[in-house]
Amino acid sequence: MTTQMFGAPIRRKEDPRLLTGGGRYLDDLGHDALAAAFVRSPHAHARIVDIDASDAVDVEGVVGIYVHEDLPGRVGEPLPLLIPHPTLTHGRTGYALAKDEVNHVGEPIVMVVASDRYVAEDACQRIRVTYEQLPVVVGIEAARAGELLVHDDVPDNVAAHMLQEVGDVEAAMAAAPRTLTLDLDIERSACMPMEGKGVYARWDRDRGELRMYSSTQTSTGVRAAVAAKLDLPLAKVECIAPDVGGGFGVKIVHPWPEEVLVPWAAIRLGRPVKWAEDRREHFISAAHERGQLQQVTVGFDDEGHLLALDVKLWHDNGAYTPYGIIVPIITSTQLLGPYKPGTYRCEFWSLYTNTVLVTPYRGAGRPQGCFAMERTMDAIADELGLDRAEVRSRNFILPTEMPWDHGLLFQDGRPLKYDSGDFPASLAKLKSLVGWDDFADYRRQAEAEGRKVGLGIGCYVEGTGVGPYEGGHIQIETSGRVNVSTGLTSQGQGHETVFAQIVAQELGVRMEDVFVTTGDTRKMAYAVGTFASRAAVMSGSAIALAARNVRAKALRIAADALEVSPDDLEIVEGTVRVKGAPATSMSLGTVSVLSNPLRYAFDEAAQAATQFAGTFDPDKPPVADDEEPGLEGKDFYSPTQATFANGMHAAIVETDPVTAEIKILRYCVIHDCGTMINPMIVEGQVHGGVAQGVGGALYERMAYDESGQLLNASFMDFLMPYASEVPTIEADHLETPSPLNPLGIKGAGEAGCIPVSAVIASAIEDAEGFPITRMPISPYDLWELRRRHADGEIPSLHRTSSTTRTSGTSSKEPTA
Amino acid sequence: MKPAPFEHHAPLTVEQAVSVLSEVGHEGKVLAGGQSLIPILNMRLASPAHLVDINRVAGLDSVEVTPEAVRVGALVRHAGLERSEEAFAALPLLRQALVNVAHPAIRNRGTTVGSIAHADAAGEMPAILALTDGVVEVAGPSGSREIEWPDFFLGALETSLAAEELAVAVRFGRFPVGTGTAFTEAARRHGDYAMAGVGVAVTVTDGVVSAARASFVSVTDVPSVLDLGPALGGVEPGTAAWDEAVEDAAEAVREHVDPEGDIHASADYRRMLVTELTRRVLPQAADRAGATA
Amino acid sequence: MTDTTQGTETLHDVTVTVNGVRHSASVPARRLLSDFLRHDLELTGTHVGCEHGVCGACTVLVDGSPMRSCLMFAVTAQAHEITTVEGLGTAPDARVAPTGESMNPVQQAFAECHGLQCGFCTPGFLTTVTAYLDENPAPTSEEAREAISGNLCRCTGYQNIVKSVLRAAEIKAERASETAEVQS
Repeated sequence: MTTQMFGAPIRRKEDPRLLTGGGRYLDDLGHDALAAAFVRSPHAHARIVDIDASDAVDVEGVVGIYVHEDLPGRVGEPLPLLIPHPTLTHGRTGYALAKDEVNHVGEPIVMVVASDRYVAEDACQRIRVTYEQLPVVVGIEAARAGELLVHDDVPDNVAAHMLQEVGDVEAAMAAAPRTLTLDLDIERSACMPMEGKGVYARWDRDRGELRMYSSTQTSTGVRAAVAAKLDLPLAKVECIAPDVGGGFGVKIVHPWPEEVLVPWAAIRLGRPVKWAEDRREHFISAAHERGQLQQVTVGFDDEGHLLALDVKLWHDNGAYTPYGIIVPIITSTQLLGPYKPGTYRCEFWSLYTNTVLVTPYRGAGRPQGCFAMERTMDAIADELGLDRAEVRSRNFILPTEMPWDHGLLFQDGRPLKYDSGDFPASLAKLKSLVGWDDFADYRRQAEAEGRKVGLGIGCYVEGTGVGPYEGGHIQIETSGRVNVSTGLTSQGQGHETVFAQIVAQELGVRMEDVFVTTGDTRKMAYAVGTFASRAAVMSGSAIALAARNVRAKALRIAADALEVSPDDLEIVEGTVRVKGAPATSMSLGTVSVLSNPLRYAFDEAAQAATQFAGTFDPDKPPVADDEEPGLEGKDFYSPTQATFANGMHAAIVETDPVTAEIKILRYCVIHDCGTMINPMIVEGQVHGGVAQGVGGALYERMAYDESGQLLNASFMDFLMPYASEVPTIEADHLETPSPLNPLGIKGAGEAGCIPVSAVIASAIEDAEGFPITRMPISPYDLWELRRRHADGEIPSLHRTSSTTRTSGTSSKEPTA
Repeated sequence: MKPAPFEHHAPLTVEQAVSVLSEVGHEGKVLAGGQSLIPILNMRLASPAHLVDINRVAGLDSVEVTPEAVRVGALVRHAGLERSEEAFAALPLLRQALVNVAHPAIRNRGTTVGSIAHADAAGEMPAILALTDGVVEVAGPSGSREIEWPDFFLGALETSLAAEELAVAVRFGRFPVGTGTAFTEAARRHGDYAMAGVGVAVTVTDGVVSAARASFVSVTDVPSVLDLGPALGGVEPGTAAWDEAVEDAAEAVREHVDPEGDIHASADYRRMLVTELTRRVLPQAADRAGATA
Repeated sequence: MTDTTQGTETLHDVTVTVNGVRHSASVPARRLLSDFLRHDLELTGTHVGCEHGVCGACTVLVDGSPMRSCLMFAVTAQAHEITTVEGLGTAPDARVAPTGESMNPVQQAFAECHGLQCGFCTPGFLTTVTAYLDENPAPTSEEAREAISGNLCRCTGYQNIVKSVLRAAEIKAERASETAEVQS
């Protein structure tokens, strides 16, 4: 039998290439290309009065300078609103180059194309734009107040207002023995992949064909959008995602202005053009996420059972809404986590501000939702004097209650229906891993040493693998090489490896014979993209189905040639053989030859196939009526709904009694993404997600001043964690297979980051003895909270147990 | 993020360097390690017309230890000074501070003299020059001169170095026998500019403190030294009186510093932080003083 | 260096030895070493992540020491020896992997320990760790973490990179002892 490939921690096929300088990322391509650079708005809200490029045109090496008026037809029309929604009544998108008005710092106004990037930037520096400044709306409070407007024609800055309700929340709340209200705040962060965005386009004048490369999470999406914008037949546009240096959501948005402008310039100039986003551009003209204000009112009984949950969210969507309102929809639905809310109402307002636009970042609204729900769970536990894990477990949806339909519509417009999950088992594993029941002793010991420690917990459920579909195509060459392609893209998830594992397992071939291509519209024109933890579920399933088709075809052909029944055949290490009589066999390469009846014996496999030449039936055509030439197969996977992964995290933190510095002492993860294709890769995804979560909890924020300037648009001041800031992660897994797909898998990509802010807030609150309602939190923030707590501005937790309630008791430092 | 064009000068001697600097005047900048300068150039926050690249100038790359000082040439990289056992033996404070300067790859390229000439109050080495009562050796068109540290630092990113002058070396003064030093700082991330930092030197004679001083990172606009003698003088480390004296010293630091707030921490927080860091660092220095006495 | 002029900008003939091979190109003084390697010499293994010296993706070895190539000008690198990720596989303790690439112990360890995901920051880690282990052949876990704390990675959460550093030290020792056996 073939070695078990599916489920094994196989080393990645992509690594030898990436480790030896063989990766090819966007800016590694096109050494002969011209370079584009942009004049971007230095103002958050302004009317463009005049653009004077007279000093720039003579800069040696400048090839073209373009403003909005130069853009013909659809190129000059607003960028598409990709995901409309009935409640998005006031969707607005920007232009590829700003027309008349700019709505955030960083919005592109002029494109310069020059011999290299240095020269292009020289020219940009010489272009003078005159602005008439307009009032600026920064921050959710200012947007909500609605006194100043981002877009004149959008009243109250409200892009969308949405309400979903299940059950009679008013009545249940009125009847609830207890109620609590929490006001919560999560600040902005951003995906911040190590490689910025980038576009490189070549125009083949002879064939009238455009080839473009983009550092994107969806090459099919970019292709379609660019073809539409440039008014080219789809057949004349191809888009390839080369190696992509991280995405985390920001590269799913498309078309970015540059994805339209660079190909347009390449066609106009008849020369290859490239734009590689620099770090400053990425900060001010890509996308951010997270920022929300939340108000949660919860009704519950004396045992801590939820009876009514009433949530209001104010979501900062930035200046435009090209990606619709996916983020707040996800927050409002995934907020429920593993719990039964009794009755639920969620109302949100998606608000414009004069800041960089907000589109999904790993977790995509879930970290905010999890924060709201888990802060609420802790508050209930504190109110009732109950153990925090116990309150959670009393509200769990049980395995026997699966599938569980919340009665809400999810991001894909389909019912929010959990397919599987064993939350009590996950919680038991987590408590055991972190030593939940021993923590009180640990705390006492720490306090005796003058240390402040706290334990935090957070649980989440994550809808993964949303549709509509992905496809897989497999073709076996006469050499036995197995070519696999799927249309979605890769940004480090190890798709070349995990998809090869699936094929190796399903088909019975060796890993080293399988070669996977992703994100190339020449190989697979039908695809959606890599987001929502969907690649393994969607493309993995599609590729498994395709592999089963190919296998069936191989067995049919081999059975015919070997004159046995297909049922008597097996495929082992690339050879089709008779079960129990392995000497009667033929390689898949030979089957491939037979599948494609040629006149010419051009290689060894073709010669070997001639030994079976005598078996043909002269009454049948060389290719049977219901067959196609070639040993290949294709299939698509399109599920009726998302599959729901889940996880639970716990952390122990220590806070410095004087300086309020925060250190994560332990970080524990229980993760359930169904059947794992490659546990090594799943664990890597979890590690990376948690690290991003730690960044979002303790370090990263977008510091806008009131004029809309981003004050920390560099890696010096936007504090992405180094290794020194990330704790060692202790992870364990539960595998509750999904009943929805052929492999039992659920998505794993985003999971790690979802509960981290909730967990760290829970732990800091536990250490400090007063509520933590705003994240991220810095030492300075915590020090300020201690001062306000000491001044009586912030109440203590109710819990009776602890000696850690007041701040600064072991400090020589007065806190006021 | 690409630098604007500039004319590159690559003098081979100090004289040539000074001559070029005199020619280009305020249009010129000296390039040594470039670890502070090049980010500024890449972001086009500055675009000098001339860069005087001194990396090929002979005779600037040595560390010399004399009975009075550790002399560090303008091309000595932070890492070179950090690794110099001779310098460490003479003045352990240098290594104690240098390991806090950014990350190793930056220290491999950045020069100690360059970071002093950059005069960023968030930099460690200007504070160390002050703490050691150091001197900057300068070459100019009319010969060389020496600038005592208090006269060198004029303001944030501002020194008394004239446009046509080159800082060729600094001398960090050595402490008397019986002196222990320590340096600590608190940054948001390991290797970042500190929110606050403090270096101290405590001299113990016959079991009691005979001299003590401190200098600071990120909490004063120019490097400054605070004499902790009034708080700690005559006190025996490790006694109950010492604990009180440390508290007095910390209080003196609190009053001395004048931090500014930014997006990472408020002025009040930084003031608290440097006070606490002083409390933590003084016993270390006193221990080391005891060990060397 | 001979200088020519392109438009208004003076060009400098820069010669550097990269991965043991002498390369020359005529570039303006402002050409960053990172761009010189990537675009003039077309050695694109070195990546650029921030161009202000913080992320470490562009770290190369200059005369054996890790430095940020985005914070150096090519003209200043004149006559120096540069090692990039493309050159790590020529180290004496590199071995050819089954897939055909020659990898030094650090590269090998990253492959074994899943020390990379998207791979963009990886060349900076590889050069940094290679130099680090030459000086510190047997780091503890804490020291390994400290050693990589000047490089940003957005994918891995660093845990498997720490593991890779420790594993690289093992492989390095194994290969050193193999070589010693062969020689004795």
